Amino acid sequence: MNYFELFGLPQDFRLDVEQLTERYRELQRSVHPDRFANAGALERRLSVQHAARINQAFQTLKDPVERARYLLELHGSDIAGENPKLDQAFLLEQMELRETLADIRSHSDPHAVLDELSDTVRQRTETLIHLLGEQLQEASAQSLSAARTSVDKLMFLNKIHQEVNEMYDELMED
Amino acid sequence: MALLQISEPGQTPAPHQHRLAAGIDLGTTNSLIATVRSGSAETLPDDSGSYLLPSVVHYRRGKPPLVGRAAQAHLSTDPQNTISSIKRLMGRGVADLSGSGFRLPYKMVETGSNVPRLHTSAGDFSPVEISADILGVLRQRAEQSLGGELEGVVITVPAYFDDAQRQATRDAARLAGLNVLRLLNEPTAAAVAYGLEQGAEGVYVVYDLGGGTFDISLLRLSKGVFEVLATAGDTALGGDDMDHRVAEWIMQKAGIGEGAGHHQLRRLLSAARRAKETLTHADSAPVKIALEDHSHWEGELSRDQFNRLVEPLIRKTLAPCRRVLRDAGVKAEQIREVIMVGGSTRVPLVRELVGGFFGREPLTEVDPDKVVAIGAAIQADILAGNKPNEDMLLLDVIPLSLGLETMGGLVEKVIPRNTPIPVSRAQDFTTYKDGQTAMVIHVLQGERELVSDCRSLGRFELRGIPAMVAGAARIRVTFQVDADGLLSVSAREETKGVEASIQVKPSYGLTDSEIEQMLKDSLSHANEDVAVRKLREQQVEADRVLEALRAALGEDGDTLLSRSEREEIEAAMTRLHTARDGGDEQGIKRAIEALDECTRAFAARRMDASIKKALRGQAVDEVKV
Repeated sequence: MNYFELFGLPQDFRLDVEQLTERYRELQRSVHPDRFANAGALERRLSVQHAARINQAFQTLKDPVERARYLLELHGSDIAGENPKLDQAFLLEQMELRETLADIRSHSDPHAVLDELSDTVRQRTETLIHLLGEQLQEASAQSLSAARTSVDKLMFLNKIHQEVNEMYDELMED
Repeated sequence: MALLQISEPGQTPAPHQHRLAAGIDLGTTNSLIATVRSGSAETLPDDSGSYLLPSVVHYRRGKPPLVGRAAQAHLSTDPQNTISSIKRLMGRGVADLSGSGFRLPYKMVETGSNVPRLHTSAGDFSPVEISADILGVLRQRAEQSLGGELEGVVITVPAYFDDAQRQATRDAARLAGLNVLRLLNEPTAAAVAYGLEQGAEGVYVVYDLGGGTFDISLLRLSKGVFEVLATAGDTALGGDDMDHRVAEWIMQKAGIGEGAGHHQLRRLLSAARRAKETLTHADSAPVKIALEDHSHWEGELSRDQFNRLVEPLIRKTLAPCRRVLRDAGVKAEQIREVIMVGGSTRVPLVRELVGGFFGREPLTEVDPDKVVAIGAAIQADILAGNKPNEDMLLLDVIPLSLGLETMGGLVEKVIPRNTPIPVSRAQDFTTYKDGQTAMVIHVLQGERELVSDCRSLGRFELRGIPAMVAGAARIRVTFQVDADGLLSVSAREETKGVEASIQVKPSYGLTDSEIEQMLKDSLSHANEDVAVRKLREQQVEADRVLEALRAALGEDGDTLLSRSEREEIEAAMTRLHTARDGGDEQGIKRAIEALDECTRAFAARRMDASIKKALRGQAVDEVKV
C-alpha cells in the first residue's frame, strides 16, 4: 500500500492539504500507541510501527518537494542515483543569491536586504512548484525527467531558504 | 457511605472497574501527583494539606531518607547529605557537571560508570535513585489517598529532554515500582489541562519556565487532537539560575568571597530565592543574611536591580521562541494564546518580555504549579482505559535531531528535530574490510555538524554480520523512536537475511545490570523480595494481556477469526491463565510470548480493519458536509 492509498487519496501531486491533515488525524486516532497503552506487548509494538508509517507518509505527502520525490519514485524514477543537470541560468542565480547572503552584514540595512532575498526565494519556489505540478500531471518520459530537474532545483532553494532563516536568527542575536 | 454506581439503561456498564492511575510532575524544585476522581482532575495533598512536594531528599545513616519539606529543613544545616534540584543531573555525565558553571554543594564519586554518584552518609547515590526516592513518596501519597495500588502513571518531562534524560526518568520510575504508561512532555500536558477545559481550537504557544528547565512548544488544537508542531528549549535554564544571579549580587554587596562554604552558599541561595519571590508582588525586597563570623548583612534589592540581573537569562529564552515559530512556519499573529507554565513565569519581567515578543498578553490564570500534573492525570486516566470513548489524542515530536557519526567526526542526521513520533527510519551501511563481521554505530543527538558538539547517546555494536568481501554486505539499521521519545535500534543484514545482534553502550545512562543491582538494593532496603516483585510485575502484565485480548475478541473475534483460529487463541489464553496463577515468573513470561505468537495475525488484521474504518468514517463525514 503506497502512501496515497494509505490515506485513501488519489495518486496526484495536487492534493488538498486540509483533507490530508484531517485523514492523518483520523488514522492516528485509530493506530496511535496511546490507544494501545493497555494492550499486550505485541499490539503495542504493531501500533508503534503503524503510527510511525502514518507519520512518515504524512510528512512525505504534506511537503510539496517530498511529495514530488515520492511520486517520481512511484514512477520508477530514482532521484538519488543521478547528478542533477541544472541549467546555467539557474546556477548563476543561485550563486548570486548566495553572495548576497554572505555579504549581508556589509549592507546598511541588512534586514531589508534579507527580506528581499527571502521574497525572491519564495517566489522562485512557488513558480517551480506550480511547474512541477504540470510536469507530474503530464507524466510523459520527457516531462518526468523535467520534473526531476525541478525537484533538484527546489532542493537548492530549500537549502538557501534555510540559510536565510538562520541569518535572521544571527541578525537578531547581534 | 459509598454510593452505588448504576449505569444508564441500554448502556453496558464498564467491563472492568476504574483503574487507579495518576499523573506525576517530577520537577526540579517541586513535584506533584494528580489523579482524576469523579470526572475531574485534582492534585493530591499530603497529610498537612500541601500538594507541592519539594524535590529535596535528605539522606541519613541507617535510616530511610527524608523527602520534601522535612528534607528541606536540612538544606542549610547539612548540605552534603541534602540533595535538591536533582533533575538537573538526570541523564548527565560526570564531565557535564563539572563544566556546567553551576556550583553544586555535593561530593561526586568516580565510579567507573558513566553515571555520577553523589556521596552521602547513607551511601553513594545516582540521580536516578534519588529521583526514585521522590517518586516513591508521591506513590505512597497517592495510594493512601486512593486506597489501592496505582496501576499506571504518566510522568512529565521537559519537551527538550534528550534520550538519556528521558531514559533516566523511566529508570527512576522502574526503581520506584511504578508502571509508566507514558512519558509526556510538560508543555503538552499543560496544553491538555488548559485546552480541554476551554474547548480550545487553533495554534497555541506554551511557554514553560520551571526551576531548572525551559521549554517552548507550539501546538495546533483541533477536535481533541493536540498536535505539537515544534518544540525548543534549554534543559539547564530556569528559576535556579535567577537565584544564582541574585546570590552573586548579594555576595558582592556583602563582601562574601569566592571561598564561601557549603552552608554559606545554601543560605545565600535561600535568601536569593526569598527576595525573588517577594519581588513578584513588591517593588523591593529586604535581604538579610548570616555571615560565617556570626554577624549579619542587611540590604535591599529593588525590582529594577533584580530585572537587570535576570534580564539576560529571560532574553535567552526568546531565541527558542523564534525558532519554534520558524520551524513550524507559523507567524506570531497566527497564535491564539500564549499559555504560561512553571513557577518562574510568576516573575513579572518574564511575562512582560514574553508578552512583548508574541505581541499579546500571556494567559496566567491556570495555576502554573499545578497545570502540568493536572494534564498528566487526564492523560493517565485515558491511557489506563477509564475513558474508552474519549476522543483526545496527543501527537508529539522529537525535540532534537538524531544522527550518526560518519568519517571525519561529522554527524549525519537520520531523524530531524520536530519529526512527529513515533517514527522509524532505516539507514543502510556496508563493511569496510573483507570478512568484517562487526561494526559500531555511534548515535548522537543535537543540531550541530561536529560529533564533539552533539550529545552522544550511545554506541551500538552490531555483531554476527556474515563474512563477505568489503562493501558487499547491506546492513539495514532501523532507528525507532517510540511515543515516549525513546530510541531503539535494530539491524539486519539484507543480502543474507541475518539478524545482527546489538549491544548498547549508553554514554550517560545506566546499563541493564546497573539498574538490576539498584533494584535489588532498593528492595532490600525496603525489606521487599526481588523475586516477589518480579513475579507480581509479570502477573500484572499477564492480566493486562488477557483483558486486552478478551476485549479484542469481543469486538472483532467473530468477524476476523476463523473458528479454529479462535479456538487456538482461547487455548493459549487458558494456558496463560493457568501459568499466571502458578508462582513461576519465567513460566508466565513464556506463556505470554506463546499467546503473542498465536495472536499475531489477529492483531495485524485488527489494525488494518481499524485503519479502513478510520478512512470510511472520513468518507461518510464528507458526504454529510
